[in-house]
Amino acid sequence: MILIWLIAIPVAGGLAAWLLDKWAPGAPRWTALVAMLLNLLIGLRLLAPAEGPWLVAIDVPWIDAFGIRFHLAIDGLSAVLITLTNGLGMIAVACSWHEIDRRRGFFFFNLLWVLAGIIGVFSALDLFLFYFFWELMMVPMFFLIAIWGHENRIYAAVKFFLFTQIGGLLMLAAIIGLYIVHGRATGIYTFDYNALLGTAMAPPTAMWLMLGFLIAFAVKLPAFPVHSWLPDAHTEAPTAGSVILAGLLLKTGAYGLLRFVIPLFPEAARTFAPFGMLLAVIAILYGALLAFSQTDLKRLVAYTSISHMGFVMLAIFAWNELALQGAVIQIVCHGISTGALFIIVGMLQERLHTRDLRRMGGLWDQMPRMGGMALLFALASLGLPGLGNFVGEFLILIGVYPVHRTLTILAALGLVAASIYSLWIVQQAFHGRARETRHRLTDLTGREGTILGALVLAIVWLGLYPQPVFTLTRPVLDRMLQTARSAPATPLKITLAPAATARAAGPVEGDWHADR
Amino acid sequence: MQTADFTALTPLLLLAAAIAAVMLQIALKRSHILTIVLTLAGLIAAMLGVLAVGDMPARQVTPLVTMDRLAFFFIGLILTATAATALLGCRYWEHAVGQCEEYYLLLLVAALGACVLAAAHHFAAFFIGLEILSISLFTLMAFARRRMASVEAGLKYLVLAGISSAFLLFGIALIYADVGSLAFPIWTARLQAAGETVSPLLLIGMGMTVIGVGFKLALVPFHMWTADIYQGAPAPTTAFVATVSKSAMVALLLRLFAPVDFTAEPALFWTLAILAFASMIVGNILALRQDSVKRILAYSSIAHMGYLLVAFLSGGPAAIAATVFYITAYTITVLGAFGVVTVLSRTDADADSMSDFQGLFFSHPWLAGVFMAMLLSLAGIPLTAGFIGKFYAITAGAQGGIWWLIITLVLTSAASLFYYLRIVVAMFSPPLENKTQPPAAGISYSGGLVLTVMTVLLIWVGSAPGPLIDLIGRITQ
Repeated sequence: MILIWLIAIPVAGGLAAWLLDKWAPGAPRWTALVAMLLNLLIGLRLLAPAEGPWLVAIDVPWIDAFGIRFHLAIDGLSAVLITLTNGLGMIAVACSWHEIDRRRGFFFFNLLWVLAGIIGVFSALDLFLFYFFWELMMVPMFFLIAIWGHENRIYAAVKFFLFTQIGGLLMLAAIIGLYIVHGRATGIYTFDYNALLGTAMAPPTAMWLMLGFLIAFAVKLPAFPVHSWLPDAHTEAPTAGSVILAGLLLKTGAYGLLRFVIPLFPEAARTFAPFGMLLAVIAILYGALLAFSQTDLKRLVAYTSISHMGFVMLAIFAWNELALQGAVIQIVCHGISTGALFIIVGMLQERLHTRDLRRMGGLWDQMPRMGGMALLFALASLGLPGLGNFVGEFLILIGVYPVHRTLTILAALGLVAASIYSLWIVQQAFHGRARETRHRLTDLTGREGTILGALVLAIVWLGLYPQPVFTLTRPVLDRMLQTARSAPATPLKITLAPAATARAAGPVEGDWHADR
Repeated sequence: MQTADFTALTPLLLLAAAIAAVMLQIALKRSHILTIVLTLAGLIAAMLGVLAVGDMPARQVTPLVTMDRLAFFFIGLILTATAATALLGCRYWEHAVGQCEEYYLLLLVAALGACVLAAAHHFAAFFIGLEILSISLFTLMAFARRRMASVEAGLKYLVLAGISSAFLLFGIALIYADVGSLAFPIWTARLQAAGETVSPLLLIGMGMTVIGVGFKLALVPFHMWTADIYQGAPAPTTAFVATVSKSAMVALLLRLFAPVDFTAEPALFWTLAILAFASMIVGNILALRQDSVKRILAYSSIAHMGYLLVAFLSGGPAAIAATVFYITAYTITVLGAFGVVTVLSRTDADADSMSDFQGLFFSHPWLAGVFMAMLLSLAGIPLTAGFIGKFYAITAGAQGGIWWLIITLVLTSAASLFYYLRIVVAMFSPPLENKTQPPAAGISYSGGLVLTVMTVLLIWVGSAPGPLIDLIGRITQ
């Protein structure tokens, strides 16, 4: 029942926000805030170690003719991601408090429906239902960008929608293909995830079906050749839209890889893994390089997302415990730190009416508190020990190292690039001399301080004591590794570099993070 | 003929009676309201007739028609779409031509032709039904007689439909020369038995039949008329052409070709497969660069018939069910879409260019919402009937293993989003200055009713398609 609530509250809250718009101008945002707070509190109850494979589940028939069921279930991984969704959802509502001044009701309706769709994606265990939520979150996001975005919003919104939709439709074809392969083999036509796990199929079939899934998730992630929608969408979206895009929508791609691509098609994924890792490393370096050359602050932050999500993809295709745990932490921390950076950019834009780095500079004098916050999240983004992102990137690198040394070293270069662009942000925007005269700027208000303060707490906590996340997700990742224990077992060869000598797979000696 | 024959024919007889009644009423006393009431009464009576006799065992009435569940389902669909068109048109016609009672008469006659097509069991019935339908359609298209575009559309359709009928007739003659009978089952049995060594006469006859069907369904390369006629014809007529005429033709397609095993008859399979492929590609590409909403919908209809053929070509029992489901979902969607166009139309011209829809969300949020739902359904986004239809089509296609058509469907329908989104984006853009909005009172109760019903159906079928799938499963056994 709790699962129904988690989706129903944002859906109902969104409708209420829309309807209440006529009644009082302030009503929609309060409605949205209360709805997300309620969801967060309900969701916190999920953060408990599971006894069985699933913490809670609901499974009722939906469309019998196709064997489609309304099957939602949550394990530790989903619970962590849903908490992130609720938390960032609340933050997104709070940071649009004054920014959105037109058609607030419809705005919060769309915002809450995106969140409902994301929660659905993180909990759906019927592939049809998963696709349903996958698409459901796209339409309101399109409107968020197309109606409340910045100058070039229509172009960005259409591009975003087309990219994700092509991926989505290919995934739909792959889902149906899997459904039929499974049905032919067993006589049971079902979209149920647990039933479809371990479907036997010919390698070429598995490869094609996996590619269908992979493309959809790679577009979302975004992986290297299909990333070009992201800078536009992130830059043009309103702040809340950017926060949700970077903090949550990208994560659905990573989640899809983790939950579906590799467990459903372990053999095909293993064949593909070297290419996946190579693409991931390209994304890490390419994203960092492009980030450095941006003058639009928001675009810069957007490109850093490509780089950071490259680490997640690298870890997933390395497929061992250390790397996967690093990926989970990285997913959560990137959501928080990049979300925070987008919020800071939004605040700057509200004050300066520009996102152009060349017109900033010297802001620290007028807004020391905001400068401090920006510095902290820039440091988080470059992977400073003590902050969450460090834990994620470090674990990923030591997890990937035994699988492929050359790629690990190249990926580590991404960290160097990250320190350059992160410090560049702070230096260009906040330090130095003001490049144009401007009237007095107000520093962080109470509302803004609270938003950023909450995010600081989260990122510091994850940096110092990430154990609760490990405890929650470890059993899930262990089980996934068992169902698809194949990827790191053999040395990987790719044409880029001579074969690395693979060390023994599995937990590395002195598994420090797993001490209980 | 026995009593049972008349019972089976109830819906058609009631519809014919309604036609006579409306005709007499117009001759005696012109009254728009009275005509509407009579028309609707006749349609509702015929629908009740379908409900009453729809569950009877299939019965062949004369050699010409067979009244089975499939026929009753399609007759129900046709009657519903006709009623929706009639209701949509009320206010529109009062503004556009004034004296418009004959419109309803023609609508009923066209519906009768479509019903005959849906029940056809014999090439003669096919041809008679087709001509009843087509001749009424010419007039319906040219009915806004003060508008040049409307008259032009009627004339174009007259010429092109005449040519396609000629092809069809020639094809029927060739088939008769070879088979010696005009009944469908004998023909399909002959086709089946012949396998790959089908005689040239039969092959050419089959090809010409495909041309006739392809013309009505607007499959590429027989699609040339579509855009001009969709754009030129008055919006309610366009809605009628896009739904009634298409669903009747789909019913006929099922009767003609569904019994044929495609593996035994590769020539037929490849002919239809290439038509489907070309329709998906050409329809979607041509729609990309249009600025007229009606033309976009016209090209999109070409593409949709291509998708429908993918479902049909998959073969096996799922193919028929998927095809029937697809055309049902499509009918609901298109009625809604053209319904919005109709209620937004002004006295002198239809709402057509993008600028007519710009800012609609702010002036008429409800209409914009309906139109958006319809466009998303055409694009195949979940929660709409169109999505389930597309899902069903892909599933059927995958079961039949026609992956190249499925990939084409997936990629072209992704491209199609571009032009559907253009309309959606226009509706959400700031309204144009100094633009004459449609009159505030422009949305009639009848139009509003139709749009509400279609939207509810769209979302109902999209979220809980179980009952409809079961119903279609029963009729296609």
